[in-house]
Amino acid sequence: MSDIKKFMYLNRRAPYGTIYAWESLEVVLIGAAFDQEVSLIFADDGVFQLVKGSDTSESDMKNFMPTYRTLGDYGVRHMYVDRASLAARGLSEDDLIEVAWEDYETEEEVDNIVEIVDTDQAAKLMAESEVVFSF
Amino acid sequence: MPIEVNGKTLETDEEGYLANINEWEPGVADVMAKEDELDLTDEHWDIINFLREYYEEYQIAPAVRVLTKAVGKKLGKDKGNSKYLYGLFPYGPGKQACRYAGLPKPTGCV
Repeated sequence: MSDIKKFMYLNRRAPYGTIYAWESLEVVLIGAAFDQEVSLIFADDGVFQLVKGSDTSESDMKNFMPTYRTLGDYGVRHMYVDRASLAARGLSEDDLIEVAWEDYETEEEVDNIVEIVDTDQAAKLMAESEVVFSF
Repeated sequence: MPIEVNGKTLETDEEGYLANINEWEPGVADVMAKEDELDLTDEHWDIINFLREYYEEYQIAPAVRVLTKAVGKKLGKDKGNSKYLYGLFPYGPGKQACRYAGLPKPTGCV
């Protein structure tokens, strides 16, 4: 187990209307095979990606909202959400989905890896990451 | 190649995955297994049903290692390992079992 790097996926766009959110999610799912330390951060319209109860039945888009809830199983340890972006859109933590994480070997569990952070902290987290993917 | 299931013709893609997941019925798995010369046991069905439930909940087919971990948790540690799963599905538990379950090919699977 060498060279574990800190990966950060920055998501700034609304979930539907463009392919960015789904592409980001797919890269996270595929990248999970590489055993890195993976975090996601949601800012600007990207916060809408985690809002509960999205309904795409009247559009041609697949509803991939449920897929975020399995990210803990794909090795994602943190999903940060920018507080100011939420507030600017009239949203709060209660509007967001919860994502659980569990280590099957040690049975260590985290009920929810979604965490609201201030912009300063978000910037610091990105600065500490060795690889940042921006979507 | 379309497949015939209980008198119905179902479209598949070039790799044999069902084109429309909503057309799945248990007979699909039986027909596909027969083509692979595999007899489906209750142990196979445990995995197929598990995959369908996983898809229903998360809208994706799980990667093999996620499947392995999740099976271990749900069906017991003796089943949550690749030896057991490859024993059941020699063409790869991700690909073959997902195909029988009517799911798309797992994301990231080549």
